[in-house]
Amino acid sequence: MNAITLRGVTKRFGAHTIFDGLDLGVKRGERLAILGASGCGKSTLLRLIAGLESPDAGEIDVAGEIGFVFQEPRLFGWLDVEKNVAFAARTAAERARVPEVLALVGLTSARTTLPKHLSGGMAQRAALARALVRKPEVLLFDEPLAALDALTRLELRASLREIVREAGATAVWVTHDVEDALALATRSIVLQRSPGAVRAIEPAAGVDVGVRRALLAALGVPA
Amino acid sequence: MKFALPIALVVAWFAATATGAIKSYQLASPQAVLVEVSDLATRGVLWTDLGASLERVALGFALAALLAIALGALVGASRTAENLLDPTLQAIRSVPSLAWVPLLLLWLGIGETAKIALVAIGAFFPIYVALSSAIRGVDRKLIEVARILGVRRLPFVARVLLPAALPQLLVGLRIGLTQAWLFLVAAELLGASRGLGFLLTDGQQIARTDEILVAILAFAICGKLSESGMKLLEKRLVSWTDTASVPG
Repeated sequence: MNAITLRGVTKRFGAHTIFDGLDLGVKRGERLAILGASGCGKSTLLRLIAGLESPDAGEIDVAGEIGFVFQEPRLFGWLDVEKNVAFAARTAAERARVPEVLALVGLTSARTTLPKHLSGGMAQRAALARALVRKPEVLLFDEPLAALDALTRLELRASLREIVREAGATAVWVTHDVEDALALATRSIVLQRSPGAVRAIEPAAGVDVGVRRALLAALGVPA
Repeated sequence: MKFALPIALVVAWFAATATGAIKSYQLASPQAVLVEVSDLATRGVLWTDLGASLERVALGFALAALLAIALGALVGASRTAENLLDPTLQAIRSVPSLAWVPLLLLWLGIGETAKIALVAIGAFFPIYVALSSAIRGVDRKLIEVARILGVRRLPFVARVLLPAALPQLLVGLRIGLTQAWLFLVAAELLGASRGLGFLLTDGQQIARTDEILVAILAFAICGKLSESGMKLLEKRLVSWTDTASVPG
């Protein structure tokens, strides 16, 4: 049973074709990493899934509610952490979940803080809490760690791994970092710009080569 | 340090009038102005005129703010409304606002309505332009967050666009209020039986420079107070912005 299905998706920007008949399925509960060099269309793919871009051809099905975490926290500057998270709540039950998700991301004590006073890692945790408040079936992450310093990055990566696993949601991570992919995903694909459009390949671990090596090779990193 | 120049000016003013270098029908002395202030205040004239002017500014500014916020939000948030309304409003804006005076007098007479309307015309455009351009300039990234969450149109305007545009709206309101005072003077100079502008024309007709100076001082104090009030409001309402000081 797929949570996300793309069938024959074509996306062009002007005369430039990014995807030409792309097929992709993400199973329910699966955590998929989409790797690729910058500018290869990773974010566009995620935005297509989220409905922020429309395909020129093909179909995209997403089963259930979507939660989206961007590279930047994108918090509303005039709302404190708690109100930013509550912004996503539509029902009384979702509003009642706000303290719970704040505790989950470790921001209970910062709930009345304004975004301008948050560190990068805390702001990203608030954005995660906002994405979680509706209990979405599908969580989409667009380079959620890319803007953070190395230590914060490792810390948040570990929390993300736990929180997403606990939530049991289907997750798609866009990243350019093989280590992130290995830590966070159950399966990884690599987007490659071939003549014409971008294609998605799925490197598998071979007899004498591990997943890390296979992914790096697909990304064009010399062994 | 910032009081040095005003003090020097008052001293020079005193010296020039006390030595007779400037005649009192050209410029009244500081002490004559103070006497006139207390005279006008005890006779109650000052309060009547001040009250009349404040009422006109308050009503005209409130009317302008209501209309400008409604239209600015509409034009900023909707392409259709922008195409429909903005070109016309921009064309009207390019008319120097005082050019409307003859029409206003013909339509509304020289009563209160015409004065309030003129104040409103003066205050409207800074507010309208500030809000509509601020809304159009709201960060696309925040708009995407609302789109992902499926926020509907009206809540989107109320919960995302207007709060995000608030800092610039407040700057627009502050400029609008300054304009309101400017247009009040124009309206009252055209014909009024009370108001600070009336004090100006009255002083001119009976050649009393002390009365004119009292009116000018009152305008200065009102303008300064309303500007400070708006700045205080900006500080309180938009303390969330991540900048060192209030924009504008």
